[in-house]
Amino acid sequence: MIEWFKRYGREIKPQIEELHYSFFIFRKNPVTLVSLLTILALISIAVLAPYTVPYPQSALGEVHPYEAFEPPSMKHLFGTDEAGRDVFSRVLVGTRISLYIGVLVIFLALLIGLPLGIIAGYVGGKIDETIMRITDMFLSFPPLLLALALSVAMGPSLVNSMMAIAIAWWPWYTRLARGQAISIKERPFVEAARAVGVGKSKIMLRHILPNSLTPIVVQASLDFGGVILTAASLSFLGLGAQPPTPEWGLMVSIGRRYFLNSWWTATFPGLFILITVLTFNLLSDGLGEVLNPKLRRA
Amino acid sequence: MKLRDYVIRRLILSIVVLLGVSAVTFAIARIVPSNPARLWLGPHPTREQIARVEEEFGLNQPLHIQYIRYMSNLLTGNLGVSLRTHRPVLEDIKAFLPASLELICLGMIIGLIGGLILGVISSTRRDQSIDHFGRIFSITGVSLPSFWMGMMAQLVFFKWLGLLPVGGRIDDIVSLTHPIQWITGSYLLDSLLTGNWVAFTSVAYHIILPALVLAAYPFGLVARMTRSSMVEILQEDYIKTARAYGLRERTITYIYALKNSLGPTITVSALTFAYALVETFLIETVFNWQGLGWYSALSIMSLDYPSVMGITIVVASVYVFLNLIVDVTLAYLDPRIRLGR
Amino acid sequence: MKNAKERLLEIKNLIISFYSYRGIVKAVDVDNLVLYKGESFGLVGETGCGKTVTALSILRLISNPGIIERGEIIFNGEDLLKKSEQNMREIRGKAISMVFQDPMSSLNPVFTIGDQATRVIKIHQNVGKKEARERAIRILELVRLPDPRKIMGVYPHELSAGMRQRVMIAMALSCNPDLLIADESTSALDVTVQAQILKLMRELKEKISASILFVTHNLSVVAQTCERVAVMYAGNVVEVGKVREMFKNPRHPYTIGLMDSIPKLGEKAKELRGIEGMVPDMINPPSGCRFHPRCPHTMNVCKTQKPKMIEIEDGHLVSCFLYGESRQV
Repeated sequence: MIEWFKRYGREIKPQIEELHYSFFIFRKNPVTLVSLLTILALISIAVLAPYTVPYPQSALGEVHPYEAFEPPSMKHLFGTDEAGRDVFSRVLVGTRISLYIGVLVIFLALLIGLPLGIIAGYVGGKIDETIMRITDMFLSFPPLLLALALSVAMGPSLVNSMMAIAIAWWPWYTRLARGQAISIKERPFVEAARAVGVGKSKIMLRHILPNSLTPIVVQASLDFGGVILTAASLSFLGLGAQPPTPEWGLMVSIGRRYFLNSWWTATFPGLFILITVLTFNLLSDGLGEVLNPKLRRA
Repeated sequence: MKLRDYVIRRLILSIVVLLGVSAVTFAIARIVPSNPARLWLGPHPTREQIARVEEEFGLNQPLHIQYIRYMSNLLTGNLGVSLRTHRPVLEDIKAFLPASLELICLGMIIGLIGGLILGVISSTRRDQSIDHFGRIFSITGVSLPSFWMGMMAQLVFFKWLGLLPVGGRIDDIVSLTHPIQWITGSYLLDSLLTGNWVAFTSVAYHIILPALVLAAYPFGLVARMTRSSMVEILQEDYIKTARAYGLRERTITYIYALKNSLGPTITVSALTFAYALVETFLIETVFNWQGLGWYSALSIMSLDYPSVMGITIVVASVYVFLNLIVDVTLAYLDPRIRLGR
Repeated sequence: MKNAKERLLEIKNLIISFYSYRGIVKAVDVDNLVLYKGESFGLVGETGCGKTVTALSILRLISNPGIIERGEIIFNGEDLLKKSEQNMREIRGKAISMVFQDPMSSLNPVFTIGDQATRVIKIHQNVGKKEARERAIRILELVRLPDPRKIMGVYPHELSAGMRQRVMIAMALSCNPDLLIADESTSALDVTVQAQILKLMRELKEKISASILFVTHNLSVVAQTCERVAVMYAGNVVEVGKVREMFKNPRHPYTIGLMDSIPKLGEKAKELRGIEGMVPDMINPPSGCRFHPRCPHTMNVCKTQKPKMIEIEDGHLVSCFLYGESRQV
């Protein structure tokens, strides 16, 4: 038993070293640490919001027309909107919606893109060509544009917009996964598996996929902010979430009619968009610096 | 391969890609919607209108025939008729394009130059406070919801400080008293070219906010890219050699190192131009800047289907064209490609 | 007598440390090293022994996380470590110049050879563009490059490694330096190309009056090109002397081990011999004489005290307790 621990300890020692070094870099960069904490805060808000906000009904659509456009106060931290709803509660619940959108869209995009990419990269030949042609076709669009056009075609709704964004996003993962598959399939352990007679799908699933995850995970975390921003932009144009959903982009869009006189109706939701996207981007940027071997130990 | 061969190859590739673009838009236009004819006609189509559209688009015919019809329409410039303006979509696009180009170009120039400078400075003062500050600043630029930023700018500069106008391209009164002669379609350029200073000032006041908001994303992206590529380059052997020859740091940074990092920066610029093309949908709406973006946003919000599809294919084609130009420029700049291997 | 020759460069009590994440690397600890005018001098040692760092420190090119803790580097009578950065810039490429190891990556890929060469000339010599070009062409001729005029207009990637190295040497010589430092300048080259470059350097030695400092791990390079050589181990200089002497009669146990490990032509086949032990950890180098853990003749004093440089014969210096107090240098 002790032997096993000793051996395991020796084996993972270099990894612990690397981890220790990563913390060292983290410490050099307080911004990354702050973003990490902020994201944790956002996640907690997303999880707890519906149960802990002061006016949960505001998020669901209860209206108080006599209390419309009240400026921020102790009673309503972020003021009230055009229907008298508490902006603070709506914004916090909106966190849940936005994070949910981010996770779902990226998951969908990966679901489509990853397998396609790995198959294309590993199998090669005609299948590779076909998949890549299709991927390139999608890649030749600016993503937001594609999502817009698809949303209009599918009809404005939150679910449709999420699918539209996922469809605009998957090609990037396919390309990445394909590149990974191509470089990994040449590695000795894959050849060994092939020599033993392991079937194609098993190889792809158990060998290629796990080894190609790192850059894809990095890219996905980078994309998180972008997806949320795209979703908010779609909602701003009326294509995503529909009223009375407390989605941030939608709130800014509606608030636009009144914000010059009641600045709080649009400022806070948008501010939260900024904070969320910013912290995710800062974090992935910080992670990028930590993980990039060229910039370590410079 | 020689530059000329490379250009020809890329050109052919672009045409193939354009075909792909048209295929995808075709799919979105005809295949995705459950009832394309209805969408094409708007909220209350009459039965005969539906029949006519089905006839015209051959919606009962097999897909490849539809596609050929679609392509021939495209190539003759028939992008459909807008449901909202009742004009051919292509006409609408042509009318509103110059205003957007004006805004985008100004925004891009500000963003690129600013970003380049910040990127270079950050790379030379790595890990110092200006680097950290620059990092936060650039990433903020990339993370900004542009529509919200525009609104906040209006709040601060129009509502609270009263310094700048809230929107539009030019002061209404000025457009009547000092109308701008149409030469290029760009208010800034045209008023400048005709010496119309009153109008020029008015346009300048109106363009500054939307241009700055537009510049935020390219600024941030270029700053980050430039910084990271400069940091890598500054560690290269030939930089160490240059120092060993006694070259001044400033010379090394701005001449020796920078020329090597231009490649990635140019690629990024093209990407951001495409990004800007779509971002103007949001920014022009907020600032009431009557350009293509404003028009597109209106089309989207009113579900003007033909218009949206027409714009999609035009913008996508511009994107493809841009990528072509970028690739060719990169090939030209890199002597390793230019002079052949 | 060596004292009749003029001293060009003298390194005294030089200590260089690197402040790394894991600790302080005590990379260089050199008590004394002298170079004379007009000679070709070799600085030899294993990878990581500090020879490159020493060479870089002459040009004050040590940067973060490395720091020159103390010492004097006296060049033509002046201490380089006390000079301002501006003064150093004037010296670099002019009075002292350096040729680096990897010719593939040492030239800027987006500028022509002509651009880079003339820039160096213009910085150090007050001449116009045309004159600078002419001078550049002349030195390209000097290093026996075919068709120098054409080469001025080409980009680095269009030349072979050997030609690039010649360009580097030419650029280093373009401003008539007093000292040329060649840091492993043949290590990245193919053996045949290496031979050509070394031949070139020997020829140049005849023509120019500069001293050349060859920094290398390759003893055969030293044998072919140098008059005197210094052997470094773990940041210390352990032996200095004329090349022939060194090869025939090495004194320091490390040098003896080095010479022994080279198979020589004409000898009967023997077992390959290496030096026992491993290169030490430079963050916690061995106490006293840094070689003592691997030395077959270790004595107690070796573990506690650092040996001083002693001149045991004319021009032959060793840093080892095995050799008695002849003349302290």
